[in-house]
Amino acid sequence: MIGDYTYDQFFSILAMQGFAGLVLFSVFVLMALGLAIIFGQMGVINMAHGEFMILGAYVTWGTGLFVTNFAPALFPIYFFVAMALAFCASFTLGVFVEWAMIRHLYKRPLDTLLATWGLSLILQQTYRSVFGAREVGVTLPDWMMGSLPLTDIIEVPINGLFVMALTTLIAIAVALLMYKSRWGKQVRAVTQNRIMAGAVGINTKMVDRMTFGLGCGIAGVAGSAFTMIGSTGPTAGQLYIVDTFLVVVFGGAGSLIGTIASAFAISQAQSTMEFFLSGSMAKVLTLLTVVGILMLRPQGLFTLKIRR
Amino acid sequence: MSSTTSAAPRTFFGKDAIAFIVLAALILVVFPVALDIFRLNLVGKYLTYAFVAVGLVLCWGFGGILSLGQGIFFGLGGYCMAMFLKLEASSPENTAIQSTPGIPDFMDWNQVTELPWWWVPFNSFPLALIAILLVPTAFAYVIGAAMFKRRVGGVYFAIITQAVAAILTILIVGQQGYTGGINGMTDLRTLLGWDIRTDSAKLILYFVNAVLLLGVILIALFVKSSKFGRLLIAMRDKEDRVRFSGYDVANFKIFVFCLAAAFSAIGGAMFALQVGFMSPSFVGIVPSIEMVIFCAVGGRLSIFGAVYGALLVNYAKTTFSESFPELWLFAMGGLFIAVVMAFPNGLAGIWKSHVEPLLPRLMKRLRPPAIVSAPTKAPAE
Amino acid sequence: MTDAPANGPYTLNRRKLLAAMATIPALGMLGGSRAFAQDTSTAAVNTTGLAVTDTDVTVGILHSVTGTMAISETGSVQAEILAIEQINAAGGVLGRQIKYIQEDGASDWPTFAEKAKKLLVQDKVASVMGCWTSASRKAVLPVFEQYNGMLYYPTFYEGLEESPNVIYTGQEATQQILAGIDWVVDTKGAKSFYLLGSDYIWPRTSNKIARKHIEMKGLKVVGEEYYPLEHTQFNSVINKIKLTKPDVIYAIVVGGSNVAFYKQLKAAGIDLTKEAPLLLTISVTEDEILGIGGENMVGAYAAMKYFQSIENDNNKAFVDAFKARWGDGIVIGDVTQAAYLGPWLWKAAVEKAGSFDVDKVREASPGIELATAPEGYVKVHDNHHLWSKLRIGHARLDGQYDVVYETADLMEPDPFPEGYQ
Repeated sequence: MIGDYTYDQFFSILAMQGFAGLVLFSVFVLMALGLAIIFGQMGVINMAHGEFMILGAYVTWGTGLFVTNFAPALFPIYFFVAMALAFCASFTLGVFVEWAMIRHLYKRPLDTLLATWGLSLILQQTYRSVFGAREVGVTLPDWMMGSLPLTDIIEVPINGLFVMALTTLIAIAVALLMYKSRWGKQVRAVTQNRIMAGAVGINTKMVDRMTFGLGCGIAGVAGSAFTMIGSTGPTAGQLYIVDTFLVVVFGGAGSLIGTIASAFAISQAQSTMEFFLSGSMAKVLTLLTVVGILMLRPQGLFTLKIRR
Repeated sequence: MSSTTSAAPRTFFGKDAIAFIVLAALILVVFPVALDIFRLNLVGKYLTYAFVAVGLVLCWGFGGILSLGQGIFFGLGGYCMAMFLKLEASSPENTAIQSTPGIPDFMDWNQVTELPWWWVPFNSFPLALIAILLVPTAFAYVIGAAMFKRRVGGVYFAIITQAVAAILTILIVGQQGYTGGINGMTDLRTLLGWDIRTDSAKLILYFVNAVLLLGVILIALFVKSSKFGRLLIAMRDKEDRVRFSGYDVANFKIFVFCLAAAFSAIGGAMFALQVGFMSPSFVGIVPSIEMVIFCAVGGRLSIFGAVYGALLVNYAKTTFSESFPELWLFAMGGLFIAVVMAFPNGLAGIWKSHVEPLLPRLMKRLRPPAIVSAPTKAPAE
Repeated sequence: MTDAPANGPYTLNRRKLLAAMATIPALGMLGGSRAFAQDTSTAAVNTTGLAVTDTDVTVGILHSVTGTMAISETGSVQAEILAIEQINAAGGVLGRQIKYIQEDGASDWPTFAEKAKKLLVQDKVASVMGCWTSASRKAVLPVFEQYNGMLYYPTFYEGLEESPNVIYTGQEATQQILAGIDWVVDTKGAKSFYLLGSDYIWPRTSNKIARKHIEMKGLKVVGEEYYPLEHTQFNSVINKIKLTKPDVIYAIVVGGSNVAFYKQLKAAGIDLTKEAPLLLTISVTEDEILGIGGENMVGAYAAMKYFQSIENDNNKAFVDAFKARWGDGIVIGDVTQAAYLGPWLWKAAVEKAGSFDVDKVREASPGIELATAPEGYVKVHDNHHLWSKLRIGHARLDGQYDVVYETADLMEPDPFPEGYQ
C-alpha cells in the first residue's frame, strides 16, 4: 500500500497521469509551435494567436456541417479535410495580416504586440457577429471519440492519441522545413542576421510573410484539433493565450527545441500537481514556478545567439 | 519627438505649466460645473485610470519598458483600500446575522471563522494607507529587480508581467474565503464613518481624486525635467551607451517601474473609494492591456496626453457601448491598430504636429479659454 | 456643484408638469369613467419620477452581449424581449406600452455597476431585467439598494442573499440541490459522490450544501475539486474519478470549461449512459449542450426547474412563440425561461400595486402568482424568491432533456438554509 492506494492502483495512477501529461504536452506544443516560429523569426508575440486557432476551429465546424449535409458518406474522414482547410484559412489570413499590418511594424516589436491585440478584439467580434455569441458544437466522427481499454482502470482516449500523433507529425514537418529545406535555411539566415541575409539576395520580406503565415496556419490546425477537447466560441481563443505565451517565453526565443522542452516541463508539472492538489492551486503553483524560474533565468531554457 | 523632449527642458516646462493649468481648470472647474453628479462620478472613475496612464508614460514612453501588468498594481492598491473599507462595513452590528459576526460576509460564507492575520493591519486607516503605497511598490520592486538586473526587457518583460497578472487573478479568484473570489469586495459603505455612497461624498471624492492626480502629474513632470528623466530617455534610445557611461541602468528601470506601480496603486485605491467595490477583473490581462491603450491613445510621450487619452477612450467606451454594444469591440480594436500604425504618438502627437503650429495665430485672435474646451469634448447632457 | 443635485427635482417637476398637461385632454376624451375605476394617470401611478409617460413606461435590460458571458446571456435577453413584446401586444402595463433600454454589461462586473447606475439615475427606468453571474449581481446590488431600483435576476444561484431590491426568478441553491440529491439517492441508490466545480462562489457554495446534505444522509463524498474558470484540461480529475469510483459525479462546471470537461470525459471512456458513474449536473442547460454536443452529454442527468421539453400548454405556447421570434434552431434553457418570467412578474406586481413606484411594486410582489409560466405555476415568496418545482432531466442525443422526475409540491425557497451554513 502507498498512501490510500494499493500497488495496482498506484501503478495505474502513474500510467494514466503519465498519459494525461503527455496529452497536455502535445496540446501545449501544438498551441505554442506557431507562436514560437513567429516569435523566433520576428521577436514578436502575436497576441491574436488564440483567434487564429479559433478560426481553424470554426472552419472545422463549417466543414463538418457541410459534409453532414452534402456528403454524409465522407463524414468519418472529414476531419482531415477540415484540418487542411483550417490551415489554408489561417495561413491566408496570416499572410494578409502580415501584409497589411505587421510588416510596417518590424522596427517596433512592442507596438506589434498592441496592434495584434487590437486585431484579436476585431476577430472576436467578427466571430460573434458571423457565428453568433453562443458556442458551436463540433460533431466528430465516432471513431475519434472512444477509448481503448487496457486494464479495468486504464483507458487510453483516442482523441488524446490523435492529438499526440498530430503534434509529432507537425513538429517533425516543421523541423524538416526549418532545418532541411532551402526555405528553412533562408528563414534561419534572416533570423540570425537580417541585413546580411538581404545582402546575399534572400527576399527577407517574402520570408517574413511566409513565416508569419506558417505560424498562423499551424495555429489554425491546432484550433481544428482542439475542437476534440475544448469549446468553440468567439472568445475561446483567450482560454489558451496565457499558457501559450508562457510556454514560448519559458522555452527561449527562437528555439524550437526550447519550446518543446518547456512544453514538456510545464505540462508534466501541471498534471502531476493537479493530481495531488486541487485544480486551481496546481495551476497557480505551476505558473508561479515558471515565473520563478524565468526570474532566475530570464532568457528561457534555450536561447539562440542572435546578432541584433 | 524624443529629441525635442530632452533638448529643451526649459521652454518645455513653460509649455507644461500652461498645459497643467489647462488640465487643472478642466478637471477642477469645467467638469464639476458642466456635469451632473452621475457623469462626474464616471469622470472620476476614468481619472483613476489616468493615474495608471501617467505611470505608463514614465515607464513605457520615457523608459521604454512596456508593462502589460499595470492592472496588478491598480488592483493591489484597490484591494488594500477595499480591505479597509470592507472591514469597516463588517462591524459586528452590521454582520450580526452571520455565524461569526465582525468578519467580512464572504469569509463567513466560506467557513472562515477568524480574521486572517494579514487582514488585521487593515483595521487601521493609517496602516491601510501605507499598505496601498507599499504593497504594490514592493511587489513591483521584486518583479523589477529580478528582471532588470538580468537585463530582461522588451517583449519578454511584457509577457512576464502579463503572466504575473494572470497568476494573481487565479490566486485571488481561488482564495475566495480570504479575497472575496470572483465577486470581489462589494458593498463598501463608509470611510471612517463617512458614507461614501452619497452624492456629496462622491463630489468630495472626485475633488480628492482630481487633486491627487494633479499631484501625481507634478511628480511625473518633475521626474521628466530632472536629470533622471533625461537619463531615462537616453536609456530607452541607447541602453548600452548609458551603461557604458557608468550608470546602473537596472536601478533606474526598477525605480521608474516602482514609481509607475505606486501611481497605479493610488488610482486603484481611489477607484475603490469612488465606485464602492473592487474585483479581480481589474487585475487580469485584459484591463492591463486596456490601460496601455489609454496611454497610447493619449500619446505615450506626453504626460498630459495620457490623462486625455484615459478620459477619451473611457468616454468613447461608455457612449459606444450604450448605443452600439456590438460595435464596441470593433471600435476598440480599430483604435489599437490605428494608434499604433498611424499615430504612434497619439493625441499628443497630433496636437504637436497639427494644432500647435496654429496656436500663435489663434492666440492673437482669441483668449485662452476658447482653447481650453477644444481638446476635451465635454460630454453633452 | 450646487446645480447638479437640483437637476433631479427639476426634471421631476418638468415631467410632472408635462404629464399633467398631457393628461388633461386625455381625460377629456375618455370621459371620467376610467379615472374613477382606477386612477391610472401618470401623476398617480408614478410619484417617484420614473420614466413613465401616458403612453409608455421604460424598463432596462442589462446583460452581457459581448465578452465571455455573452454565450450564456444571449438567451436571457431574447426571453426578456419576447416577454415585453407579448405584454405590449396584450395591451401593456396599466395601459402603457413597455419600452426597453438595453445596456451591455460586457462580461465585466464594474461595467455592470456603471450601467445599472446609468439605467436607474439617468434613464429612471421602472425596473431592470438583468445580470447572470453572481459577481455581476453582487456588483449591481449596492447600486439598486442605494437608488431604490428593482432588479429581476434570472439565474439559479448560491443563495445567501435576500435583497428588497431584487426578485430572484431562478432557484436558490437548496431548491436545486436537495431534491436532486434525494432523487439520485432514492431512485438510483447512490452511495458515494464526487463533487466537481468551477472555482467561484456558486459552485463552492452549492457543493457545500450538497456535501452537508450527503453527509447528513450518512453517505460519502469521495472527492471535491475546483478548477479555474475557463480551464480546459480535465484529464487529471477524470483519472481521480476513475480511481475513486464514485456512484455519482456531481458537476457544477460552467462556461467554456463545460465543453472541455464533457468531451474529455467521454474520450476517457466514461460512458454516461451506463450510469457508472452517473453524472448529475446543475449547470448544464440546453443552451450549454449546444456547445458541448448532444453526443457528449447523452445519458447525463440535470436538476433544474425547467426543461424545454416540459409538457404543458403554457410551455408549448412559449416554445412556439420563442421559436417564431428568434428562429427555429434555437433552444431554451432553464435561465432563459426564468428570464422570461421577469417582465411578467413585474407586470403583475405593478398591476396589483396600481403603481409603477418601486416601493409599491416591492410591497405588492410577495404572493404574486403566475399561472401562465412555462414551467407551470409559480408564486413569489416573502423572501423575493419563487416557489418552484424541481425536475430531473435525462439528456438525449439531440441535446434535449427528457423529464424523468418532478417534485410533487412546489419547493419553498430558503436562501439562508439552517444547518447548511
